[in-house]
Amino acid sequence: MNPQSTVDNAIEFRHAEFRLLGHGAILKNLSLHIRRGETLVLLGRSGSGKTTALKLINRLLEPSAGEIRVEGCSTLEWDPIRLRRRIGYVIQDAGLFPHFTVRRNVALVPNLEAWTEDRVKSRVEELLRMVGLDPGQFARRYPHELSGGQRQRVGVARALAADPPILLMDEPFGALDPLTRAEMQEEFLALQGRIEKTVVFVTHDVREALILGTRIALLEAGELVGIYAPQDFLGAREPIAAAYVAVFRADIVSLSSRNRGAS
Amino acid sequence: MSLFQFFLSHRDEILQSSAEHLWLVVISMLLAIAIGVPLGVLVTRKPWLAKPILGSASVAETIPSLALFGFLLPLPWLGARADRLAIVALTLYALLPIIRNTVAGIQATEPSIREAARAMGMTDRQILFRVELPLSLPVLLAGIRVAAVWTIGIATIAAAIGAGGLGEFIFRGLAMVDNNLILAGAIPAAVLAIAADLVIGLFEHRLRHAR
Repeated sequence: MNPQSTVDNAIEFRHAEFRLLGHGAILKNLSLHIRRGETLVLLGRSGSGKTTALKLINRLLEPSAGEIRVEGCSTLEWDPIRLRRRIGYVIQDAGLFPHFTVRRNVALVPNLEAWTEDRVKSRVEELLRMVGLDPGQFARRYPHELSGGQRQRVGVARALAADPPILLMDEPFGALDPLTRAEMQEEFLALQGRIEKTVVFVTHDVREALILGTRIALLEAGELVGIYAPQDFLGAREPIAAAYVAVFRADIVSLSSRNRGAS
Repeated sequence: MSLFQFFLSHRDEILQSSAEHLWLVVISMLLAIAIGVPLGVLVTRKPWLAKPILGSASVAETIPSLALFGFLLPLPWLGARADRLAIVALTLYALLPIIRNTVAGIQATEPSIREAARAMGMTDRQILFRVELPLSLPVLLAGIRVAAVWTIGIATIAAAIGAGGLGEFIFRGLAMVDNNLILAGAIPAAVLAIAADLVIGLFEHRLRHAR
């Protein structure tokens, strides 16, 4: 195989399968290349296998067949601890440690990596500013003293703490109110423009996929339906992709007709 | 002689016995924590061990204390010293609530928190010591509180085999049909139990509300 492709692809799924006893195949024969620096959105409904695919990347799950290569090495060849410390992970309810302050939560991986105290301190402050939180105001707080949006910001800061080249995000903005979600999406785009991580972003929200994705990989019942550039997705002829687009358009149309009726 | 006068005139003896009593309880509790917490952790890691471990601890719990002291008495090393025997028996009693609450506390850790810990590249050991155990501390303390109150009560019976403690007064009082003597054992034991309950409960409360 062409060595160039290994360099350009941060992550490769090669005929990856994941089966669970009693549930059958959750992910079937997934082959997918994720390019360095892109934001690949895994779009699908619940049960489509998108979260499973994500967890195969940092080896929270291991493939039943096939392999996933991260930076050219199969996840099974990687030491799982080393692998995970090179991959940031953000989940829906942030998963912050309730007994750690914001500072300690963000400093988690740097501390595990035994950075010096000064370096950790300045990194935490840098990251909190980067996600729009004033360190003086927030560093000493506990997660329960934050709003949902603030918790999610801390979650992003924690995932980026040790500057991992890859970032996995599992419906990170799914539990937020629509306004905060839109704000976070904007900020994510701005941030991603600066830090240029390889991001794999799981969502079931077409709008989010269209806004954030460099490419959109559509999953249905454990199978890859297709990979689309956002502008192509809106015109996709493939029935499942078309169904997503139809619902998305129908929302906009019904909204605008309601507005016309009201005025 | 009034009860108050009795306490006043015997205060050195009562204090001495209370100290003995507390010593039996504290040593047993430390042993039970040192054994029970690792056993509880083991149960959460190897679920098939839950039945044998929790089962044996429950069985120990059902043996009447006087009988347990009697059973252990003929054993070679154990039976040689009464306080040694009492400590082993009390430890056995204290184990169940401590094991059970260790398990309950760890199992109550939210899956998303454990998953985040794993995904951040924490080792199993780091997850246990930095996440699961600290988070289950309030529940664990509740178990320790229950165990402490129990052992303070049961330790009075250790006097039957000559291990000392506040039970001495109670057994002497029963033999001599002297209420003052019985109360000289029973009241301090009750005070100790209530104090342990309050003090440990206070820590528990603080921990629960610290986050």
